[in-house]
Amino acid sequence: MATTITKTETLVGKRIRRREDPRLITGTATYVEDIQMPGMHYAAIVRSPHAAANIRSIDVKAAAAAPGVVAVFTGKDTEKVGPVPCGASLPDLRVPHHHIMAIDRVYYVGHAVAVVVATDRYLARDAADLLEIDYDVLPAVADPEKALAPGAPAVHPQWPDNTAFNYHQEGGDIAKAFADADVVVKQRITSQRLVPNAMETRGVVAEWRGADRQLNLYTSTQVPHLVRTLVAGMLGLEENRMRVIAPEVGGGFGSKLNIYAEEALMGFVAMKIGKPVKWIESRRENFLTTIHGRGHVDYYEVAAKKDGTILGIKLKIIQDLGAYHQLLTPAIPTLSVLMMPGLYKTKNVSADIVGVFTNCVPTDAYRGAGRPEATHGIERMVDILADELGMDPAEIRLKNFVANEEFPYPTATGLTYDSGNYAAPLDKAMALADYSKILQEQVEARKQGKLVGIGISTYGEICAIGPSPATPAGGWESATVKIEPSGTVTVMTGTCQTGQGEETTFAQIAADELGVDIDNILVLRGDTSIVQYGIGTFGSRATAIGGTALYFALQELKAKVKLFGAMLLESDDVTFSGGQVTCNKSGKTKGLAEIAGATYRAMKLPPNTEPGLVATHFWEPPNFTFPFGAHIVITDIDKETGDIAIRRYIAVDDCGNIINPLIVDGQVHGGVAQGLGQALWEQAVYDDNGQLITGEFMDYAMPRAHMMPWIESSHTITPTNVNPLGVKGVGEAGTIGCSPAVVNSVVDALSHLGVRHIDMPLTPEKIWKLANAGGTN
Amino acid sequence: MFPQTFDYTAPTTLDEAVKLLGGGAKALAGGMSLIPMMKLRLASPEHLVDLGRIKELNYIREESGALHIGATATHYAVESSPLVRTKCPLLAETAAAIGDVQVRNMGTLGGAVAHADPSADYPAALQALEAKIVLRGAGGDRTVSAAEFFVDAFTTVLNEGEMVREVIVPVDTSGVSYQKVPQPASGFAMVGIAARVKKAGGKVTEARIGVTGLTNSSFRATAAEKALEGTNGSAADIQKAAALVAQGSDANSDIHASADYRKHLAVVYTGRALIAAMGRAQ
Amino acid sequence: MKIHLTINGKNYSHDVEPRLLLIHYLRENAALTGSHVGCETSLCGACTIELDGKAVKSCTMFAVQADGAKITTIEGLANDGKLHGVQEAFWNEHGLQCGFCTPGMIMASKQIIDRNHAPSDAEIRHGLEGNLCRCTGYQHIVNAVKAAAAAAGK
Repeated sequence: MATTITKTETLVGKRIRRREDPRLITGTATYVEDIQMPGMHYAAIVRSPHAAANIRSIDVKAAAAAPGVVAVFTGKDTEKVGPVPCGASLPDLRVPHHHIMAIDRVYYVGHAVAVVVATDRYLARDAADLLEIDYDVLPAVADPEKALAPGAPAVHPQWPDNTAFNYHQEGGDIAKAFADADVVVKQRITSQRLVPNAMETRGVVAEWRGADRQLNLYTSTQVPHLVRTLVAGMLGLEENRMRVIAPEVGGGFGSKLNIYAEEALMGFVAMKIGKPVKWIESRRENFLTTIHGRGHVDYYEVAAKKDGTILGIKLKIIQDLGAYHQLLTPAIPTLSVLMMPGLYKTKNVSADIVGVFTNCVPTDAYRGAGRPEATHGIERMVDILADELGMDPAEIRLKNFVANEEFPYPTATGLTYDSGNYAAPLDKAMALADYSKILQEQVEARKQGKLVGIGISTYGEICAIGPSPATPAGGWESATVKIEPSGTVTVMTGTCQTGQGEETTFAQIAADELGVDIDNILVLRGDTSIVQYGIGTFGSRATAIGGTALYFALQELKAKVKLFGAMLLESDDVTFSGGQVTCNKSGKTKGLAEIAGATYRAMKLPPNTEPGLVATHFWEPPNFTFPFGAHIVITDIDKETGDIAIRRYIAVDDCGNIINPLIVDGQVHGGVAQGLGQALWEQAVYDDNGQLITGEFMDYAMPRAHMMPWIESSHTITPTNVNPLGVKGVGEAGTIGCSPAVVNSVVDALSHLGVRHIDMPLTPEKIWKLANAGGTN
Repeated sequence: MFPQTFDYTAPTTLDEAVKLLGGGAKALAGGMSLIPMMKLRLASPEHLVDLGRIKELNYIREESGALHIGATATHYAVESSPLVRTKCPLLAETAAAIGDVQVRNMGTLGGAVAHADPSADYPAALQALEAKIVLRGAGGDRTVSAAEFFVDAFTTVLNEGEMVREVIVPVDTSGVSYQKVPQPASGFAMVGIAARVKKAGGKVTEARIGVTGLTNSSFRATAAEKALEGTNGSAADIQKAAALVAQGSDANSDIHASADYRKHLAVVYTGRALIAAMGRAQ
Repeated sequence: MKIHLTINGKNYSHDVEPRLLLIHYLRENAALTGSHVGCETSLCGACTIELDGKAVKSCTMFAVQADGAKITTIEGLANDGKLHGVQEAFWNEHGLQCGFCTPGMIMASKQIIDRNHAPSDAEIRHGLEGNLCRCTGYQHIVNAVKAAAAAAGK
């Protein structure tokens, strides 16, 4: 009688279209801004136009009396709310008290000063204009190197040196490495500030149900559980009285891996007015107040032998922190230090970080978070070294790669690279590029005065972040799998997708493990009242850690299904596959639905077994994973204008096993677009007064369809042994591999003119000047 | 994102519109520049007169050797009009280079002209075409040349209460080209060059070069034009002429391009536009 | 001001302030939240809808300007539960990740195909100039538009 679902086809590894798409392509998904509630109120935040100023007075009378306004709160009114938390800890770290609104002094343009709450968004905005704020404007500093100069304005008056921390790490014997060197190359390399610009800006809806002491907070976040724990703490609310929901999230890229003042502020407002309140960040606010990425000035020195063997690397990072520490701000450059040897086996490194306060919005994790900066640095330095030694850039890389038999490889910075075959993607990319032919073509082109560049980057990255001891908030991930009485399967994951497609990939994993049709599986996430605790989606961790937690939860369930199946079949020799338990002797079967029903009906239970079919697994990874790859970029430069045309973009990425190639390709393409954005167009430019010059899409150049090259994406596959799925993670690969390949290509095109390095973005004007004058910039 | 309150009137006749404008109202055409400014509260007019419902302003027609284009003809209408494409291809080509598809669907010729953004595309073509702009005020129509019309950044000869009614461009048989360097973020012209060339008997008989983006106002590069006229239009002749395009100009400078680079681009793109135009000249 | 519009084949009528942006009218008065707001400078295209057959940015237009117009939003593309060809192609080709830009991207893509039955890659990319996507790098979107055009031509 039992209808059994027999499934023979496996889904892992297949290019299947996504299960989350129907709601997204029909306009029926629910993002924060789409949430409506009876009695909804709207908040407009009044922000500082100055980068540094004392607040003499705030007059709220006119605003408070304006039509539709129900409340106006200033920083003083919110004084009892706890500070915006910094989760990173470093020795002797200076942590400024980061109140949710400025109280008597503002520290950057966009700093929240007051909030106006009204019955209508237009009215809230009207009233915001009526606030009278008297500022005593102070000198500001927006450039980290200028902030370190003696006599610079102090961002925080109590710390006149603007230094939040000094960090030092070394491995091996750096002095000997440099003493033994035949050659030392040095270069200052910057990674400019970038604006993450998720297409959905941040937004919060807060609903206070006073009688229940229940705060419901809808927020556009990558980390709903962390928001609950930390914002409840800020508001002095019991954690179990707060529910955080991340509905559909329109992109994050690290910018929503954070705890923001507005999340607590809206909770505060809702609790005060007893009505739901909505705040949707404008794009202008997003530019000014959502974290930025990068912001490095790096000083590199690389010591090597004449044959190209890298002996040691010295690095000094000046990290622009901005005015405050957001959740992970000071930790980001430490990831750069971990990543600084790249794929190369040198055991001698020395790194120093100076964390510098500036009168700018804080920096924090943005796609790659510390690793793009490090990869850009080492990949540029290897090219500079190759140039110095007259070696081919591919050859010098191959010479220094960690060899296949050396894995697991302990690095100079204390990591253990899990698995690798670093030459494989480089060989493949060179074959795709027809490397020797293009080299020849370049020679010919130069004879005709044409500028053609060939750029290689061979990157490594630290993914699946990460083992708990190496993270501020726990690096595990959780999954619960429920097989419902009817046999349908519900997965609850602690990851929280912002476009990565986990509703599909996780369903693929579950469908294969349980042998059921993928349409019987539902993946839920992003609601702290539905999902057991979780960490979230960032650091290319969702599949590698969250997927593995799911895998182990599924194993527990499978064992239980087998136990009940055996009981129902009255056999002690059964197998579970294809969605049914089969008695190996009689050949009789019991389908999953029937077994599930029996577990809940519980007429009879196997010995020492509880009713129901639910399993939860919190998986702690034993190590990071270390994906790698090679990107080759061929550029043609218009000498007359400095325009860079990308003739070919070849990306060969090794992210271990692939669950869904269609999704992985999408991740690579999107990653490359952001890497290319940094390499060629994007920059957050503050003037000397701390005004953000590129504070709208009018001036901040985002990659658009007509600016992007065709990306030739392919893979090599070297599974990891860190997790049973063999997956490494791919969310950040494209970004990390991209920028050095592009810059190496353009520098290569100009190298015969004496150009050795160019800082990003490679604007046509810079290139035009170099192409016509030579020298470094 | 939330403009201030304003009064709104959508007249259906030109006379009504002019009357309202005379009372201090601000004209709303496609709104592609005005509305974003209102959303950012950089502009807060008290009274908007929507020209969108005035049928007598929306036309493209040929009359006695010229094309007459109503103020509310959209960029897309100009770009796709068979009449403009065949009889004044420079204007169609320029219209197609403006903004993006959605902007061209809504934005209007009259609105763009009246706004006089120094980085707008149209002014280059209008200068090169020696277009006439018909203005309507309480006292009736007056006609000015494009060269007179554009005064400075966001400044034209339009008086209070006056509006752009029509743009007149010649039926044009020259070889033409519009070449633009888009600002990478906004797509506006960092430099835009509109070129027209006529040739006869192997000589350049007429050259017209309109420049936008370089300085605070569009202009005709007459020195460069003169240098080209009477020559064979060889590559060397073009280079010599193009070199004069930015001479003496007070070029704009911003994070996207310094004044020197803008001038350089103007020279390079004048050369490219002239070469393309020359190739199309009969 | 009283306005009357036809949206996705249905009649709507509301009294609105002149300053109400069309995107806000669609999202709040008409409760059609598929079109999104991604910027205030008319440069992201997330709010793109079709107005009398033309793709326009509904954030750069007042609702009163649209009085009497026929509007199609992303919600009105599918017919009787059957996806529009462009929607189907975005799904098949993985032309979206976070989905926020997608409604506007699909509406702009529809305009490309309506005006050009066999667009080249360059024409597609040019046609999408007014729409930002931060997730996909646009490649799968280009594939989707090509696939949709090919399917429509069959």
